[in-house]
Amino acid sequence: MRIPCPYCGERDRQEFAYLGDAAKTRPEGLDATEEAMLDYLYLRDNPAGPHREFWHHFAGCDAWIVVTRDTRTHAILSVEPARELALRRHRGETL
Amino acid sequence: MRYSVFSLIANALSGDRFWTPVWREPEPKAAYEVVIVGGGGHGLATAYYLAKEHGVTNVAVVEKSYLGSGNAGRNTTIIRSNYLLPGNIPFYEWSMKLWEGLEQDFNYNAMVSQRGVLNLCHSDAQRDAYVRRGNAMRLHGVDAQLLDREEVRAIAPFLDFDNSRFPIQGGLLQRRGGTARHDAVVWGYARGADSRGVDLIQNCEVTGMRMEGGRVIGVETSRGFIRAKKVGLAVAGHSSRVAGMAGLRLPIETHVLQAFVTEGMKPLIDTVVTFGASHFYISQSDKGGLVFGGDLDGYNSYAQRGNLTLIEDVMEGAMALWPGLGRIRVLRHWGGVMDMSMDGSPIIDRTPIDGLYLNGGWCYGGFKATPASGWCFAHLIANNEPHPFAAAYRLDRFATGHLINESGHGAQPNLH
Repeated sequence: MRIPCPYCGERDRQEFAYLGDAAKTRPEGLDATEEAMLDYLYLRDNPAGPHREFWHHFAGCDAWIVVTRDTRTHAILSVEPARELALRRHRGETL
Repeated sequence: MRYSVFSLIANALSGDRFWTPVWREPEPKAAYEVVIVGGGGHGLATAYYLAKEHGVTNVAVVEKSYLGSGNAGRNTTIIRSNYLLPGNIPFYEWSMKLWEGLEQDFNYNAMVSQRGVLNLCHSDAQRDAYVRRGNAMRLHGVDAQLLDREEVRAIAPFLDFDNSRFPIQGGLLQRRGGTARHDAVVWGYARGADSRGVDLIQNCEVTGMRMEGGRVIGVETSRGFIRAKKVGLAVAGHSSRVAGMAGLRLPIETHVLQAFVTEGMKPLIDTVVTFGASHFYISQSDKGGLVFGGDLDGYNSYAQRGNLTLIEDVMEGAMALWPGLGRIRVLRHWGGVMDMSMDGSPIIDRTPIDGLYLNGGWCYGGFKATPASGWCFAHLIANNEPHPFAAAYRLDRFATGHLINESGHGAQPNLH
């Protein structure tokens, strides 16, 4: 599997570390309900199909990126800097 | 037909013309008392013990492909009960005890071989951790033996004891651990269940759950609707998908795990050895192939195949532990998809939906658990109460904080 880093171009999977589901956002600290924390920490959609996920290009540019990848085929559908996702979230836009 | 040395001789002398099919291939009936989804080891063991221990025989096992076509046919066949935590040890030890009596119990040769499982340690800290684990095992009545370097050398002299980075300091040995023939386990349970009246329905994929008033009343399948009073899911690897049909979200991610086998060799290694410095373990099948594996690939996947990065990693582990392996050719490698739970331990429990039971989250420890998993899941389905040995494997433990985290890695499934 080769991942097209938005900054470095296509690189081997070996250069990247995986975090997981990018749909998750940490609830607001002390105000979070137990249900919200349970959902954030433990529950996953775990789709068989397109999955949006965080990868870290630790052996390259050190950027965090969001990869949309089909979990049935490992085909990569799109890639963007994690920063873009965070900014859209910050502006309250739909993801 | 009951198998014995006499049936073997009689059929051999008559030219093997009178063997009968090992199980029937029935059409699905309209309704059953219990439908088990998933015709792998766990599902078939559940059906077997439902019929044998609880007298529940109006049971169907529905399987989307052929029996044992998923992870039951993709594992590395190791059986052991060298666990640390209270919620785990009694369960896995019960599994070990069932393995020890399994072949007599279901009258089938599962090639259970108690050749020992040896975990190597390479540092003082790791040795301390093994002392702790060994003590926990012995306190629960499980056999465990701490070996020093020379005792390990007597068992496996070909290992690289003086590896400059990871010298072997000793190991923790469970002599009762070993291997079993994975396909025969599936076939033995299938035959035992079938002969007690359970319908094994192959090529029958569940496509939906039908619910009525918060209760499951049956499953939609590629061969039509099958009504059931109770539905048990034993589809590890795909638990999220099938439970999702009932509207449940699970504390599980699906990951791919690869395994490898070499060309057949003369007997080289008569035990199971795990390398403590990297994730690598190896044993030799009765056919002669060296069977080994390592870590997960590390990303969500339903693909049943992995990537070269992990293959390279496993081969590096192999060469660091046993340099002589470099002369042996790898014959095949494959991938299976695992239910990686958020604490590394399984789930055998009721669900919020009446009549729907879940058995999943086996991470990559499902094969050794097959007998006890079936035993406890059958108990749960028959009595609607968890079996004491599996009482800790609750679905709601993630909400209540009663996690069973053997590795201590936290809610990061690709590290368990």
